[in-house]
Amino acid sequence: MTAMKQTVDEFKEALLNLDRIGASAILDRLQPEISNLDLVSQIVVPALEQIGDGWEHGSLALSEIYMSGRICEQIIDQLLPPNSEFRKHQPRMGIVVLDDFHFLGKRIVHSQIRSAGFELQDYGRKTADQLVAAIQADDLEIVFISTLMYPSALQVKEVRNKIDRMTHPVKIVVGGAPFNLDEQLWQAVGADAMCGNGSEAVKYIHRFMERK
Amino acid sequence: MTSLERILTTLRHEEPDRVPVFLLLTMHGAKELGMSIEEYFSLGEHVAEGQRRLQRKYGNDCYYAFFYAPIEIEAWGGSVIYREDGPPNSGAPLIKSPEKIQQLKAPAVEGNPVLGKVLECIKRLKATGDEGVPIIGVAMSPFSLPVMQMGFEPYLLLMHEQPEIFERLMEINTAFTIAWANAQLEAGATAITYFDPVSSPTIIPRDLFLQTGLKVAQNTLSKIKGPTAVHLASGNALGIIDDMAGLGAPILGVSAMENLTELKARSDGRLTLLGNLNGIEMCRWTQEEAAHAVRVAIDSAAAGGGFILSDNHGEIPFQVPDETIMTIAETARSYGKYPLQTS
Repeated sequence: MTAMKQTVDEFKEALLNLDRIGASAILDRLQPEISNLDLVSQIVVPALEQIGDGWEHGSLALSEIYMSGRICEQIIDQLLPPNSEFRKHQPRMGIVVLDDFHFLGKRIVHSQIRSAGFELQDYGRKTADQLVAAIQADDLEIVFISTLMYPSALQVKEVRNKIDRMTHPVKIVVGGAPFNLDEQLWQAVGADAMCGNGSEAVKYIHRFMERK
Repeated sequence: MTSLERILTTLRHEEPDRVPVFLLLTMHGAKELGMSIEEYFSLGEHVAEGQRRLQRKYGNDCYYAFFYAPIEIEAWGGSVIYREDGPPNSGAPLIKSPEKIQQLKAPAVEGNPVLGKVLECIKRLKATGDEGVPIIGVAMSPFSLPVMQMGFEPYLLLMHEQPEIFERLMEINTAFTIAWANAQLEAGATAITYFDPVSSPTIIPRDLFLQTGLKVAQNTLSKIKGPTAVHLASGNALGIIDDMAGLGAPILGVSAMENLTELKARSDGRLTLLGNLNGIEMCRWTQEEAAHAVRVAIDSAAAGGGFILSDNHGEIPFQVPDETIMTIAETARSYGKYPLQTS
């Protein structure tokens, strides 16, 4: 096992044990040899990725993803403050609960995206019309839409149609239980991508930035 | 065989005349009565009539006296937000901060107008005199109720960071759930489904479940004076199936995300499985896809009894067409005849 892989495992264990002090200490001991940005990309993101994969495969629970993301978010705010160089070249992004009243999924993805060093606007809950207005007003490049209820997932189609009529280039990325249960649903509602967890959302952002 | 005899046979892990089917339809009754969802749920009389019609139409093996998930929150004084195309959601959280839990009081079940609608529905179904069709009541687990009482995120934090206040909330909720479940049994419900999605390993790790949800379930289920089923509402079960088998509830509602054959093997004659047709995919299934899904479920879990065909969530979405429901019911009746065919 390489030293870095061992560190990622150690960091992941600290997160799963809800040991925020221990997790911070692991990153502290690697500084200043490793830059803050590398700590995020080489330790924090892979650890959260493994936790997300664990949930996808049924070996870890949603509460573990939530609590891990919460700890990481606090650590990252210190490592990459708002004025850091990394944050200057990010896509304009937002996250929203669409026509739904269940916020935990959005909270988790929001936290994981921020833990990867990105900033995004949290729109809370919006209807399709309100979201389209926000996309236009903030000229978003990516919008992450979280839903739990099936009728809310169907509302993505409404957003897609309105966005298409405006010919706005925003990418619509969806996630949540209905999309996990039916792998064809994201395409049926006209989304550009579906992410099963926050780590997949982070990978989507990286792919988007590479294509730009 | 009546539906009840069919179910009791499968619960003994013997093969009845055919696989029993629980079509857990809630909002479809509104369609039958030509009403909006909100109007339909405004009276117990409507839901009783809706359930009677649905049972006759599809040959359902149960009456389902479940209205919507936040009805208990409504009974506690919370708000419910209706929509035209799906189940109502709970409104703003009742518990604004953990500190409020110390003063929290559960509503009395008796005389509560919201819960009274459900009891009225059960009484009317019971009054039909059709003892052959069981009436299934529903109670939200005291452990899962706080997701609607205070919001999921604050609840997870409470569970992890304020164990004493969490215990107090469980104490209050448990007394309410027991009273609510027993009131439904007294009104005529045959059995109670205990919905407990938060206990699923999809939501919390088993270690935490052993310290929390399992103890709450043991305490609550032991005081419900009638038969019970546990439903994890689309949550996974494999990681806690041995714990579930020890609860004394003979039926477990299982998820479409897990392999039914494996669930059957792991339950090892200790549990009757209820499931696991994918309710979301069901919305777009062709008739052939619906029939295929039923055949796969029957092939996976029906041999030897111990199986009730149903959806994976405990509520079939409003968007599922009647033709699809009919195909599920008819395929279960033909393909599910014992002795089973092999596909």
